[in-house]
Amino acid sequence: MKTNQKILPGFSITLGFSVFYLCLIVIIPLAGLFLKSAGIGWDSFYQIVSAPRVLSAFKLSFGCAFIAAVINAFFGLLTAWVLVRYSFFGKRIVDALVDLPFAMPTAVAGIALTTLYAENGWIGEHLAAFGIKAAFNPLGIIIALTFVGLPFVVRTVQPILQDIDAEVEEAAASLGATRSQCFLKVVLPSITPALLTGFTLAFARGIGEYGSVIFIAGNIPMKSEIIPLLIAIKLEQFDYTGACAIALVMLLASFFLLFAINLIQRWHAARSM
Amino acid sequence: MQSLDINCSWNIRFFHWFLIFSALSFLAFFLFMPIALVFNLAFQEGISVYLSAITEPDAKAAIKLTLLVAVIAVPLNIVFGLAASWAITKFDFMGKSLLITLIDLPFSVSPVISGLIYILLFGANSVLAPVLKTYDIQIIFAVPGIVLATLFVTFPFVARQLIPLMQEQGIEEEEAAIALGANGFQTFFFVTLPNIKWALLYGVLLCNARAMGEFGAVSIVSGHIRGITSTVPLQVEILYNEYNFTAAFAVASLLAFLALITLCLKSFLEIKFSHEINVSNG
Amino acid sequence: MKKIFAVVIAVILLGVGSLMLVNGDKPKDKTVAILNVSYDPTREFYHEYNQYFIKSWKEKTGEDVEIRMSHGGAGKQARSVIDGLKADVVTLALAYDIDAISQITGKIPANWQERLADNSAPYTSTIVFLVRKGNPKNIKDWDDLAKDGVQVITPNPKTSGGARWNYLAAWGFAQEKWGDEAKTREFISKLYKNVPILDTGARGSTMTFVHRQMGDVLLAWENEAFLSINKLGADKFEIVVPSVSILAEPPVTVIDGVVDERGTRKVAEAYLKQLYTPEAQEMSAKHYYRPRSQEVMKKYEDRYPKIRLFTVDDTFGGWQKAQKTHFADGGVFDQLYNTR
Repeated sequence: MKTNQKILPGFSITLGFSVFYLCLIVIIPLAGLFLKSAGIGWDSFYQIVSAPRVLSAFKLSFGCAFIAAVINAFFGLLTAWVLVRYSFFGKRIVDALVDLPFAMPTAVAGIALTTLYAENGWIGEHLAAFGIKAAFNPLGIIIALTFVGLPFVVRTVQPILQDIDAEVEEAAASLGATRSQCFLKVVLPSITPALLTGFTLAFARGIGEYGSVIFIAGNIPMKSEIIPLLIAIKLEQFDYTGACAIALVMLLASFFLLFAINLIQRWHAARSM
Repeated sequence: MQSLDINCSWNIRFFHWFLIFSALSFLAFFLFMPIALVFNLAFQEGISVYLSAITEPDAKAAIKLTLLVAVIAVPLNIVFGLAASWAITKFDFMGKSLLITLIDLPFSVSPVISGLIYILLFGANSVLAPVLKTYDIQIIFAVPGIVLATLFVTFPFVARQLIPLMQEQGIEEEEAAIALGANGFQTFFFVTLPNIKWALLYGVLLCNARAMGEFGAVSIVSGHIRGITSTVPLQVEILYNEYNFTAAFAVASLLAFLALITLCLKSFLEIKFSHEINVSNG
Repeated sequence: MKKIFAVVIAVILLGVGSLMLVNGDKPKDKTVAILNVSYDPTREFYHEYNQYFIKSWKEKTGEDVEIRMSHGGAGKQARSVIDGLKADVVTLALAYDIDAISQITGKIPANWQERLADNSAPYTSTIVFLVRKGNPKNIKDWDDLAKDGVQVITPNPKTSGGARWNYLAAWGFAQEKWGDEAKTREFISKLYKNVPILDTGARGSTMTFVHRQMGDVLLAWENEAFLSINKLGADKFEIVVPSVSILAEPPVTVIDGVVDERGTRKVAEAYLKQLYTPEAQEMSAKHYYRPRSQEVMKKYEDRYPKIRLFTVDDTFGGWQKAQKTHFADGGVFDQLYNTR
């Protein structure tokens, strides 16, 4: 692969611009977080981030984001598959609506979901009949995060599915592969990187999501208090350093998670070549 | 992309409908109903109330500001997205995974933090504060701050949409074009771009949707001055907190309509492009 | 394809151009504009008061003045001002937030609260209960809130100014009743165990109580409780007045550092001073704040339930102390949750 570098032009300019822009918009602002938390020293830093409330919030945020991302990976793939492969009435509208969780301000999403899933809501009242409380507890957080993360999976998988030729599958099928074999051996490997990307992005977004969650979570310390809320609480006390310390841990945790998943993905890509 | 069901037997067709049904019922609970609710609330007092809610001066100012922010943020991120995905997928270099991860990072940063970092950078107690003051530049609690926060949260969209696809497509076609004597720009415009146009479009749509809908980060850097630094999502919050529910949801539904308009745009492009491709092939 | 490229370039140019336009607009603006940064429940009151002030300022000086409003949670608003939001005046929920602005930025002198009459609070309020029609849980006073099976809705004192008043009102009641710190703590701890949802702001809690129909009782500002009844349904809720409550003084002040820089001191000071005029006091009464003026108060006497009120200064030794003991990290409020 190394030799290709000479053939295609534009490496230094595109990479240079990317890195420059990345630094300007992402790295330099985030560096401020490091500087601010560096000022407080290791001991107080450790004290802030290891408080039981902070730890339980970390567990909650990461746990709920993970579950929501798994739900999204499964149903997002299904949705993308259905949208690309089948035709049915109203498909175009469904296709368009998939983007809406991004367009809706998170607060509106939070209010709408709470209205639906609270015990007196359209959906909540039916769930309540089965003894399921869907709002003001971690389940509510998962619902909100599923909503905000959905477009990620659908939209990353969709172009790849469109790009895979149905012919390849037909060829496989004509060679005697069953439909499930066909899906597992032909389709799934080519969409795995995209699916993993979608999962990662939904997961990452879920960890940090604030606006939609605070309406439906209940926000009870140790039970349904998410990490971004704890940061907001610190800020309300004018405790910038405390907020930065928690934010930094959150940032590093999600950075390493993302990094690990990206490595897995590259390894996967390299192996399948 | 035609489906495979040309010669399908009955039970395969049943399976298809089962998949469609499951996907749609999932979407019903997590997507359609919340959206239906927003529209229901927006129109519950009739169309005239709806219209007066969205043409009220503060709402108009908010819409203008939101459009302005999107018009600045989206193109910048498109340029970045194209450059980054070209560099990442067409070449091999050290630290590629690191670069991709850094591009992903804004997704995982909580909106609370994405606002905070700009306050730490440009706020009255920051290192840059004296410089800004000397030249009387107001960044946060003004339009530039809102643009920056929006740029940050929408930063990864285009690049993230393009990278998996371009990776999957490889580099053979571009190499062939270069070998045939095309220059870099020609290769990009005539070979790469047609191949990635749908992913690019999705990326732009998502980026645009998010740029207009971002609430958390913008809320921190905006200062919430009515009619001046209120974007559409912030205006929704203001109205909701004034117990003005119908107006709040009316303004919110504008963003939903916007997504529907982009759909029309997409269909339009689809038709136009298919024509163009036919011409160039013929 | 080239066309598309041209369009993209054009859009970028347009974007950059309009950004410059927006920035360039500001110096041309000739009418004096002042920015009032306030907390959530004052929206309706200031909306009306601003019209009145603009008119009377024009009559008095012949100048046009524009008043810009920013509303939000009190703590967040104070933080915006600290971080550089150029507020000419702040009208916040509690003195602690203005103290914070004064201490961190130095843009307000430490004795700001003495600059205007009545602790710089031209109107006051208190904390009352909002219950469902008919008061099914028979809630009469603070101690009913700690009973088993009662669900209390109040925002998080760490993020909401109003919630801090709620908390201190409950604490003050318990301290008076038992005079014993351990018992008081036990009461507060039980009360907060009855809270199923801690919203981040006062209006969020009102929504939870009114729209989600969660909880049996909402702890609310008196003016917010009246507003909820008027706006959201008089047939669904009623107000319960406890035996004793806290005198909530939402203070106002001019930010000296900003008005001197912008040359708006005269109008900003007049803006706040005029809050004490009979007309403005009437307006505050109209929006269910308790006016400071004795005459106006007398006029609307029957609208305000009689409650014995204690102050933060007398019962808690001032906001600084109350904040440190109760709401700071590791303070009493945190202990309630960490020890259970």
